[in-house]
Order: sequence, then structure tokens, then C-alpha cells
Amino acid sequence: MDDLYREVILEHYKNPVHKGELDAHNHDFEDENPLCGDFIHMDLQVDENGIIRNAVFSGHGCAISQASADLLLESIIGKPVDEVQHMSTQDVLDLLGIDDLGPVRLKCALLPLKVVKSALYGIEKDE
Amino acid sequence: MLDAHLLRRDFPIFQRKIHGKKNLVYLDSAASSQKPQIVLDAMDKLYAHSYANIHRGIHELAEEATALYENSRQKIAAFIHVGDPAQLIFTRNTTESINLVAMAWGRKFLKEGDRILLTEMEHHSNLVPWYILAAEKGIQIDFTPVGEQGFLDQDRFQELLKRSPRLVAFTHMSNVLGVINPVQEMTQRAHQAGAVVLVDGAQSVPHFPVSVEMLNADFYAFSAHKMCGPTGIGILYGKRSLLEAMDPFMGGGDMIKKVTFEGFIPNEIPYKFEAGTPAIAEAIGFGAAVDYLNNVGMQAIHDHERQITRYAWNCLNKVRGLRILGPSAEERGGVISFELEGIHPHDVSQILDSQGIAVRAGHHCAMPLHQKLNVPASTRASFYLYNTFEDVDALVEGIQTVQKVFGSIGK
Ligand SMILES: Cc1ncc(COP(=O)(O)O)c(C=O)c1O
Repeated sequence: MDDLYREVILEHYKNPVHKGELDAHNHDFEDENPLCGDFIHMDLQVDENGIIRNAVFSGHGCAISQASADLLLESIIGKPVDEVQHMSTQDVLDLLGIDDLGPVRLKCALLPLKVVKSALYGIEKDE
Repeated sequence: MLDAHLLRRDFPIFQRKIHGKKNLVYLDSAASSQKPQIVLDAMDKLYAHSYANIHRGIHELAEEATALYENSRQKIAAFIHVGDPAQLIFTRNTTESINLVAMAWGRKFLKEGDRILLTEMEHHSNLVPWYILAAEKGIQIDFTPVGEQGFLDQDRFQELLKRSPRLVAFTHMSNVLGVINPVQEMTQRAHQAGAVVLVDGAQSVPHFPVSVEMLNADFYAFSAHKMCGPTGIGILYGKRSLLEAMDPFMGGGDMIKKVTFEGFIPNEIPYKFEAGTPAIAEAIGFGAAVDYLNNVGMQAIHDHERQITRYAWNCLNKVRGLRILGPSAEERGGVISFELEGIHPHDVSQILDSQGIAVRAGHHCAMPLHQKLNVPASTRASFYLYNTFEDVDALVEGIQTVQKVFGSIGK
């Protein structure tokens, strides 16, 4: 489990690239894991072709949830919305470079994906 | 003085390795304690030797099992210094005990506009049952605030009693701050204000001598699993007059004296509140746990925990970036919750786990208290009779490793 705290995760926790707020955004959402106190807010800018142009997060919580948010945003910027909506638990674990995570920590890792999916919910149908 | 190294041999769990190689450093007894072999044996022996349903059969096994079950109730009554064991109801745990009072007493005797007085340091199990009742009945809830040092504000308590609450419910010891409340004085003042008093004893009965009759609480609740006993069994103590005035909590077998096509007549206490086949083996295991604790001595356990707590408090207080919640070592039970600057409790707990150290991370079922303290979550180490100074050293080293893994995070 020590290797859970690999350089990648710690680096993204300490120095997140995609943390902040976005004035120009057309989708946002926030959610929390009340059990742990993890909180994630996301602002996303989606263009008319359904491509995610920009995305940032803000929030607080454990290293896993915050690093997962940063890594997730890094991977989805430039991607079409429907691709992101089909991302799985395994995709998030792959981003984090983890094979196995206990059930409690899995919730931390998946919170950012849940927030992104909620922010993008219903976009396909609108367009 | 007890010898924790010796006592550890009574607990088979300490023979196992964590993650295949680490010795177990168990610092999560406030959540649930480990079990000595004699408790496991008592339950095994029942199943292998004397098992049958209780209070029903007229045969040797049923009579033996019934006698063991009732004998356990007597042991537990003596353990908390209650003369009449019929005032002890077997429940599943502290939570069920409190719900029983809310449903069987609160529903019958409280009415719209009544007030109840809780505190800001309660466990969810002494909040949510009252929220449910309050919503159902239109009852107002007040909270005695937690002051600077983590103690209840006794002046505010006195003020709030002037609103004439019908019920005052509070914890004997906080599972987050370690604060031990002055139960006897608070109960006396609440009685003077005309209130019925419920005390949550989940963190007190396991750790120091408690005389429920001296405290004079009307209801007192605790769980076996935090005091070397099995899960699935707990106690609600209630004064006879109150229990007799209450309606049953659940209906079914055992709780009736007579059932006809027209209705039923409830049984006497405590059976009135013990519907259905209870956790027989667990009740008997609970009795064995009480025997075990008596043998070690509750005062000795308390003294040992005080030593460990004092040592841990002093060591932890020296760790840079670590902030302990609540009062000084002299003024608390064996629980220390803390924050580490820049590192979330989940991360702390996970890295400690990789070293075989079990602590609790989160809000410890006291979300409102964490909100009040303005701390999203904390890490908690809690101590019991089997913890040693070496356990504390391992914790402090473990925390230093956590800080190393995270480098110079924070400020
Ligand atoms: C102060 C306090 N009250 C109540 C409880 C609830 O106990 P149980 O889960 O056994 O019902 C606990 C245990 O977590 C506690 O620490």
C-alpha cells in the first residue's frame, strides 16, 4: 500500500496543474464524500462540437481524491463529451497507476469522475 | 498496575501479522475492542455444550442456556453497580438502546412543543434518534455548546435547563475529544429542572468504574463490543418505574405475558423489551467479558490508560504540524484525535496501516462536533488495556513516516 503514494499522486496532490476557477465555463458541478470530507467542484468549457475545451477543479480532501481530480482533468481536456461519459472505474485506476484500492478509498478516487459526469449530464441529448 | 504485555497474550488477534509481515499496533479500540480468548471460549462452549432457545423449552439444554443468559445479565448489573438486574435490557448495541428510549419512552410521553436538550459532542447515535422523534412529534432540540478546551459549557447547560427540557441526553465520555463529562452533577441539575436523563456510556463503561445508581441517570446505554465482548449485544439500563410505564418497543415472542385473538398483555421487565430470540451466545460472551475486565480490575485499566494517554499526548504534542483536539492529557480518557497539517486523515491512516498501525480516520460519527471545531476530519488513536508504550512509539514513528512520504507539504 505504500506504493499507493507514488510520486505521480503526491506530485499532483502537491502541485495540481488544473486547480482553480474558470470564468468562461458552461458546465459546473460539485459533490462531496461526507464520510471523508473530500470536496470537489469543477468548471468545464464544452464547445459546440461537444469537445471539452478547458476544465478546472477546486476543493479539498485526501491525496487520492485531489490527485485523481487533477489527473482526470488532464486526460479529458480535448476529448469529446460522450467519451468521457463512458469512462469507467478502471480508467480512473489506470490514470492513478493503481491496481487495487479498498472500498473506502475507491470512493475518494472516483469522486472526481462522478462530478465530471454529473456536470456533463444530458449534454448529448441537448445537442 | 496491570501488565499490558502479559494481557496481550489473552488476545489471539495479536498473533497475526498485518499485510503479511507487520506486528499489529491496534489503536482503534474506541471503535471496537479486540476479544480475549475466554470470551470466544464462552460462546463456543455454549454452542458445543448447552445450546437451546431460552425462556421456552422445558428440557435440560433450554434450562442451562436460560440460566447462563440470565446469569450474564446479573454479572453486567453488578458490573455497573445496579442492584436489580431486571432494569437491564439486552439490546443490540448503544444505538439500539437509545432508539428504544426514543421510541418506547419518547413516543409515549413527549408531545408537540416539548424540548429536549442534547450536547454538541454527541455521537450520531445520540442525535439521529432524537431528530427522528422531533420530526415526528414537533419537538424542539437544544444543544449545550462545547467550549474552548473541548469541555461542555456548564453555564450554558444551566441556562438551557431553564427552558424545561423533558429529556436531557449526553455522553459520559466523548469519543472524539476524550472529555469525561461530570455526569453526576449534570444529572442532578437536570433532575432539578424536571428532566429525565439519558447517558450514553459507550465510551465510559469499557474504560473506568461506573456506578449507574450513584450517577442516578434514568437511562444508561452501552455496547459489549467496545469492552472485550462480542458484537450484536448491548445494554439499556432504565429505572424500573420508567421501564414499567413505557410501552413495548417491538412486538413478538417473549415480550408477551398472554396473546389472544383480541390482543396481548405485555410481559414484565426486562422481557417486555426483548422481543424474539435474542443474541443468546453474545449475551453469554458479554458476561465472560465482564468477568475478564473484573479480573484485570477496572481501576487498574483506567490507571493504565491514563499513563498511556499521558505518554502519547506528550509525544504527539511534540510532533511538528500536529494539533491535538480537546483538552490536556490530565483531563481526558484514552482517546486522542489530531490533525496533521497539510495531510488528510485518510492518507495518514492509510500510510499508518501499511506499517501495521490501526487508527480511525474521519469524523468518528460526530459530524456536528467536527463542524463546530471547524475540522473536516481527524485521525484518532484510542487506547485500551492491551496497549503498550511501544504502541505509542510505533504511532509516533509512523506519523513521522507519513510526513516523510508527503515531504514538505503544507506550509
Ligand atoms: C460515544 C458513543 N456513543 C455511541 C456509540 C455507538 O455505539 P454502537 O455502534 O455500538 O451502537 C459509540 C461508538 O461508536 C460511541 O463512541
